[in-house]
Amino acid sequence: MVEFEDVAVDYGAGDLLAEVSLALSPGSFHFLTGPSGAGKTSLLRLISAEIAPTRGRVRLFGEDPAGMDRDGIARLRRRIGLVHQDCQFLDHLTLAENVALPLLAAGHDPAAASQDIAALLGWVGLARQADALPPTLSGGERQRTAIARAVIMDPDLILADEPTGNIDWDMSLRLMTLFVELNRQGKTAVVATHDLALIRAVKAQTQARVLRIAGGRVALAGADL
Amino acid sequence: MLPAALRSDTPAGRIVPPSGAAARLVPLTSAAMALLAVLAVAVALAAGRIADRWETGLAGTATVRISAPPDQMAAQVRGAIRVLETTPGVTLVREMSPEDRQALLAPWVGGDLPLDTLPLPAILEVVEGAGGVDAQGLRLRLAAEVPGAVYDDHSRWRVPLVQTARGVRTAGLVALGLIGAVGAVLVAVATQAALAENLSVIRTLRQIGARDSFIARAFVRRMTLRTAGGAVPGALAGAVVLAMVPTAPGGLLDGVAPAGADWLWTLAVPVVAAVVAFAAARVTAFRLLRRVP
Ligand SMILES: Nc1ncnc2c1ncn2[C@@H]1O[C@H](COP(=O)(O)OP(=O)(O)OP(=O)(O)O)[C@@H](O)[C@H]1O
Ligand SMILES: [Mg+2]
Repeated sequence: MVEFEDVAVDYGAGDLLAEVSLALSPGSFHFLTGPSGAGKTSLLRLISAEIAPTRGRVRLFGEDPAGMDRDGIARLRRRIGLVHQDCQFLDHLTLAENVALPLLAAGHDPAAASQDIAALLGWVGLARQADALPPTLSGGERQRTAIARAVIMDPDLILADEPTGNIDWDMSLRLMTLFVELNRQGKTAVVATHDLALIRAVKAQTQARVLRIAGGRVALAGADL
Repeated sequence: MLPAALRSDTPAGRIVPPSGAAARLVPLTSAAMALLAVLAVAVALAAGRIADRWETGLAGTATVRISAPPDQMAAQVRGAIRVLETTPGVTLVREMSPEDRQALLAPWVGGDLPLDTLPLPAILEVVEGAGGVDAQGLRLRLAAEVPGAVYDDHSRWRVPLVQTARGVRTAGLVALGLIGAVGAVLVAVATQAALAENLSVIRTLRQIGARDSFIARAFVRRMTLRTAGGAVPGALAGAVVLAMVPTAPGGLLDGVAPAGADWLWTLAVPVVAAVVAFAAARVTAFRLLRRVP
């Protein structure tokens, strides 16, 4: 699903990441952890082809984004559901319209999918807010909206960057449960977080593995977490 | 500002937030430009009509004036007629009757003067064929054979008038081109401002897999609708102004307002405005989107 071959990232101040080789198999669940500034976001951005590796090769769904034009990358993105710490929405559109946006961008008719949209909003517990505007939402509601938007296209891969960044513990667990459910449905998931307690709480529910970034290298964490 | 029919937006068109100061100015400026464009079209059309009328209405006729002592008059008139009849391109020669000459002078000197006692010049009316007449050659022959004859094909005052009308028409067309060019620049600037105002929207759309063409289309659609929404009332206002132009026959402004099918050109103004806006917004949006990382 995702393969890195000896990947390095250098923003100009020396290697941030180096010698990163990994393979995420379909249906796997990975946490990505490490101190602030370690490069978690950068690794996710490599996977979603927002940045290109300075050296080495990234393969996504068996394809190399480096050789693609912008439309090709847009096509790849439709197979990825992205959830950011501070998710951006189109503030003049309702929640339901925001969730439907990826469909619209892919050339589908959102009206034909209104039942799916309603079902998704119900799944994340926002059925009542379908017609609300994003600026009126709480942090947890925003994150849940972002998850609904991330999965409306039924992507193969879910990437979440600190999805529980400024959200209380109970809501964080609830969000994590959504990712676990998606993974159980067969979706590959990568969730970046520096919250080790959260990882410990969720790890038991899934076959999740933990990738730890330290000193510019990425390694699988053992039982020491 | 937008008429209701244009305001209903498709879901894909709604991804651009409706506000935006630069975008709001587009309908206003577009209305003003459409009004000016309608007036420029009317001026160009009217000048063209006037040029044609002066050219075809007066071309093809000429006069030969003969001044001679009374005893030589008849011989000179006969001589001039002979010259004219043997000139290639002349289709008809007719001597103006004394009554006609009198009628011609009546407005200046009154009708009750005994004009037949005055030594008036004889006037020959000449009708020329489509090919015209070699005026230079004719003048030389008349000078040689009929010393008192003066050939006048009206070109002395007709040519400058036609040239002036043509110049006015060209000026109208140039003004029209400038209005279009300025309109295109305004739309390009407004599109640029709208994109800059919505960088976070663009970034969000990119993340969910939107292609540049999808993003551009929303902005282009917005600009085109706003331009058309301003151009329609602007062109209508221009048409109203033209309809109010006084049309007294022979009056100074007679023929300035479009007539008949020429009114259709005022309908073309909003259409052309929309096409120009579409093209300007599209080129701008694609060029700028390529630059946004
Ligand atoms: N576009 C960029 N240009 C230059 N430097 C960058 C860029 N993006 C990230 N960096 C730098 O790379 C380093 C790692 O950033 P990154 O966001 O990947 O870390 P992170 O692990 O996600 O941190 P955090 O936990 O705070 O989110 C930081 O020092 C950051 O300043
Ligand atoms: Mg980060």
